[in-house]
Amino acid sequence: MLQIAQLNKSYENHQALTEVDLFVPKGVVFGLLGPNGAGKTTLIRIVNQIIEQDSGSVELDGKVLSPDDIRKIGYLPEERGLYKKMKVWDQLVYFSRLKGLSESEAKIQIKHWLEKLDIATWKDKKIEDLSKGMAQKVQFISTIVHRPSLLILDEPFSGFDPVNAEIIKNEILELKAKGTTVILSTHRMESVELLCDQVAMINKSRKILDGTIREVKRSFRPEVFQVGIANPTQDLPKEWVPKFSGDAWEFTLPLSGKAPNQLLSELMEYGDVVLFREQIPSMEEIFIHQVKASAHE
Amino acid sequence: MSKVLLVIQREYLARVKKKSFLIATILTPLIFPAIMGVFVWIAVQEKDSQSLRIIEVLDETDLFFMESSEQYAFTSSVEEVEEGKKMVQDGERYGFLHIPKLDLKSPEGIQFYGVENPSPSLMGYLEGALKRKIEDQKLYAQGIDPKVLKELRTDVSVQSITLGEQGEEKINNANVNYAIGFLSGILIYIFIFVYGNQIMQGVIEEKSTRIVEILVSSLKPFQLMMGKIMGIGAVGLTQFLIWVVLIGTLSTVVMGVLGMQMPQQQAMELANPEFAQATPDSGEVTEILQVISGIDFVTLVLCFIVYFLGGYLLYGALFAAIGSAVDAPADAQQFMFPITIPLIVAYMGLFVFILQDPTSTTSFWLSVVPLTSPIAMMGRISYGVPFWELALSMGLLVAGFLSTTWLAGKIYRIGILMHGTKPTYKILWKWIKASQ
Repeated sequence: MLQIAQLNKSYENHQALTEVDLFVPKGVVFGLLGPNGAGKTTLIRIVNQIIEQDSGSVELDGKVLSPDDIRKIGYLPEERGLYKKMKVWDQLVYFSRLKGLSESEAKIQIKHWLEKLDIATWKDKKIEDLSKGMAQKVQFISTIVHRPSLLILDEPFSGFDPVNAEIIKNEILELKAKGTTVILSTHRMESVELLCDQVAMINKSRKILDGTIREVKRSFRPEVFQVGIANPTQDLPKEWVPKFSGDAWEFTLPLSGKAPNQLLSELMEYGDVVLFREQIPSMEEIFIHQVKASAHE
Repeated sequence: MSKVLLVIQREYLARVKKKSFLIATILTPLIFPAIMGVFVWIAVQEKDSQSLRIIEVLDETDLFFMESSEQYAFTSSVEEVEEGKKMVQDGERYGFLHIPKLDLKSPEGIQFYGVENPSPSLMGYLEGALKRKIEDQKLYAQGIDPKVLKELRTDVSVQSITLGEQGEEKINNANVNYAIGFLSGILIYIFIFVYGNQIMQGVIEEKSTRIVEILVSSLKPFQLMMGKIMGIGAVGLTQFLIWVVLIGTLSTVVMGVLGMQMPQQQAMELANPEFAQATPDSGEVTEILQVISGIDFVTLVLCFIVYFLGGYLLYGALFAAIGSAVDAPADAQQFMFPITIPLIVAYMGLFVFILQDPTSTTSFWLSVVPLTSPIAMMGRISYGVPFWELALSMGLLVAGFLSTTWLAGKIYRIGILMHGTKPTYKILWKWIKASQ
């Protein structure tokens, strides 16, 4: 779907992207992660042809990006807005026609989406007369109304109230089910775990990791096990720092090069092992760990 | 291109549909004549109701006999200066004119006392009358009969006629030309400022509400900028054309009803005493009407449109660039300066040089340099401008707006995506130099 190779972009006094390679397969929700200023927005702007890369290539469906591809992409920027004094309907027609829809096609699509998101009765209101939540729905419609095959959402949930965030989340999943590829740029790791199939992380202009969520988590597991021992037959070593939870003594233990089964059999000598589970890091932990790690480089 | 059309359409409709546009468009051409009409009416009322002002004269030379007019009457009953002053203080007289014994060769020491500052028109009246008397006295001293002197005085008005290339004659009137040059020059000046500001506000709105990020993902920044400039320009053009039609109809009606003067004309005379004095009283209305009907309004309107569009595009691009560089209208102030200066220069030049002498070297340069030509050339059009000068001026204007648009495009493209940085001229220059 989207293939990015050796992408470089520098501004006057800093490097925004350095040799970034990225592959986004069709029909996935792809999480683009990274702290502020990492280069995410620059990358997104290049894909949207707002700015041009210094070198490297961006291919959509196997072809180098061209102005005609604007129609295939839907973009919801992090900082976004609508014309306050313009009516909902006129505004949506304007944005969809700018994306290349014909007037009649635009009208059909807009009608469909206004009804779907339950704001059809507001179509003749100006944006300034709408509640924030409704304006956000209008904004979302303006992003998807031309039925893009690639949807780029930059912090789509920021500023949404929980109810609307849920609606948008479901719409994203529905679009994905229909074959739309979604790039989700966000800080909110819980939405990454919920929505994303694949992720890539950018920090300080470079891509520092990518893969499916499962792969990423597996590669970052700290090889530490959570252990619970009930009815200990002998004293547990103090360095394990065991805590009594009421039923069992619980603590964490690194593998230290042993196989999990070996560790387990060693533990069994101390009593009844009621808990033995590998610690899987959350995306948030991986994110923070990675950013910190590269800060020390 | 179709995307630019969409932007033009949106910008145009968003403004033309507003009630404020309709109100401003319809009221403006009515308000000016209405205000002028009210002034004329008040002035006429005042003249009628004004009591005769009596001025006491103490003439120690016994040479001057001041002739009373509609407004001023002269009496001489006092013998002493102090008496005269007292009469003024007591309110018995409006003023007191003291003519001491004087040498006719260099008359000095004539004084006027009053409780309030005398109007320039009264002083002019007194000085004119005294001057004429002194001149008469001098001539009389040379042995010329007063009767002959009286016969000498004649009212003259010169009819100015320009000869066309084919020898066709056209009656001119410097005052009418002045008025037209003045009005069209000012109109262009106002149009550039008003609509240039709309461009700037529009760009700032899109930038500060972040709509621009969505827009530039759909079309090129340059297309967006041009669409906005052209859309707002079309609004200005619409407004102007409505005015032309409105004023045309209105003046036809008014002239038909009154059978004579346009209200603007009279107000112009009133606002400018020189103007009124220069126009002799008899038959001047018909002459002015003749002159007005002799003006080539088609050329005038066409030139106005060309210079309005040229000047608007030239400055509009700069206004767009400023709007793109700043985050809020308040920050725009510092960059407005270099735009305002040439406009002010053109505006001042219009009064100081062009309307005084439309063919002087300064007038020529002002009307040829693109930054000032829209305003300056409009001041000259009604006086008649050689074709080659017009062609040169318009050619340079086109070159001018192409280069400002190119320059502005470079700033705009980067500026609209920049937030939170307060740009300086140095930064703008870097943006211009940046390749992408």
